[in-house]
Amino acid sequence: MSRMRKKIPGVDPRLLTKDAAKLMPEPSRRLFLRGAASVGALAFLTGCDIVDGDTAEGALRVVSRFNDSVQAFIFDPTKLAPTYPESAITRPFPFNAYYAEDEAPEVDAADYALEVGGLVDNKKSWTLAELYALPQEKQITRHVCVEGWSAIGSWTGCPLRHFLRRIGADTRAKYVWFRCAEGYTNTIDMPTALHPQTQMTFKFENDILPRAYGFPMKIRMPTKLGFKNPKYVVAMEVTNEDRGGYWENQNYNWFSGL
Amino acid sequence: MSESMATIGAPHPGVASGKGSDAVIHPAWVRVTHWVNALAMVVMIGSGWRIYDASPLFPFVFPEQFTLGYGLAGALLWHFAAMWLLVVNGIVYVMLGFLSGRFRRKFFPIRPREIVSDLIAALTFRLSHNDLSVYNAVQKLLYVGVIGAGVVIILSGVAIWKPVQFQELTALFGGYDAARYVHFGAMAAIVGFLAVHVALALLVPKSLRAMIRGR
Repeated sequence: MSRMRKKIPGVDPRLLTKDAAKLMPEPSRRLFLRGAASVGALAFLTGCDIVDGDTAEGALRVVSRFNDSVQAFIFDPTKLAPTYPESAITRPFPFNAYYAEDEAPEVDAADYALEVGGLVDNKKSWTLAELYALPQEKQITRHVCVEGWSAIGSWTGCPLRHFLRRIGADTRAKYVWFRCAEGYTNTIDMPTALHPQTQMTFKFENDILPRAYGFPMKIRMPTKLGFKNPKYVVAMEVTNEDRGGYWENQNYNWFSGL
Repeated sequence: MSESMATIGAPHPGVASGKGSDAVIHPAWVRVTHWVNALAMVVMIGSGWRIYDASPLFPFVFPEQFTLGYGLAGALLWHFAAMWLLVVNGIVYVMLGFLSGRFRRKFFPIRPREIVSDLIAALTFRLSHNDLSVYNAVQKLLYVGVIGAGVVIILSGVAIWKPVQFQELTALFGGYDAARYVHFGAMAAIVGFLAVHVALALLVPKSLRAMIRGR
């Protein structure tokens, strides 16, 4: 009885003792409790191999593919991401990659040529001067990282849909695939590629895109998580084949729409 | 007191076994949705803590052994899978709760005066749990409160997940960054509820039994 001296709010010790006394003689009740305790124990072991095994991972990937189709369904090709005033820009805008800033690719502007391929009429490469001559728009939008943080940036460049029209892309194709200077890759769905705010970005604020943010070209998509916005883009291809991407191939959700 | 003691229906000779012993306290749909929800919540909280750790809102992280998912990618896979379980199960529970009249019967009315008197009784160890079929005012408030927190956590979660497609909802929470704090706050409220709820269920084991066997 001495243990009952520890008083617990909301519990009448006398009634509790009676409950406990009644509980003891019935084995089935104890089995219930033992079962419940095991469920609890399992719940606390959630970091272990049981739940992170191949089977669980396979099932979770199936759900993730299902979530891709749900997100594609939710995606409204005419809905614009909120835009912000200049004063809302995050300064300094964070550098973010799977490598340190001083390891970021250094692309030589003089040698640069954007390779264009796949289901397009004109596969000629584009020099930086030619790209800069494209009509440009500015957007101040929120970059949302898959980690949870967000930052507001100012991006200027050519709407990708304008460029896709210009090169005679088959916009009935399912995907646009991007390859970057450091080997990073990314596949996006055509509806997102054609979204009015999806942009081939050449400038951050009023300056030529600095190396940290993806010089010479980033693909900015305010409708997708940050990692779906490739930097240092050197090639793009219109395709019906899902080629995945750097993070997508490491179990991050493929669609990753916002 | 003697009447309510009888409703416990213990199989002891000499104690009058009232109708309460066979009366169902929790119908099957309550028990099924309760345990499905328990599973979904454990997965959502464990994976949510791992996701939080990737970009903490406060100067602390959750120890990795209490989190679920192999890395951020794994945690996100768990979170966005269990969300379906949580939402579908939650909708079934709330709909049946309203349609069956259980919410109205069990949770209402919640009278402020009763909350105060039951709270005082609870804190002075005079609150009885004899009749499990009737909730005291503090229980009513907590159960309704945690259902409310459930609604807030789902809506703020959607606001974080889709701040462009559902930007009106995100704006309602004060924007993307504020919605993260709301989502965290709702989690904290639910975890606080869970701590009390689980402790009391273990201290009054017949309440746990009722949620398993129904009576």
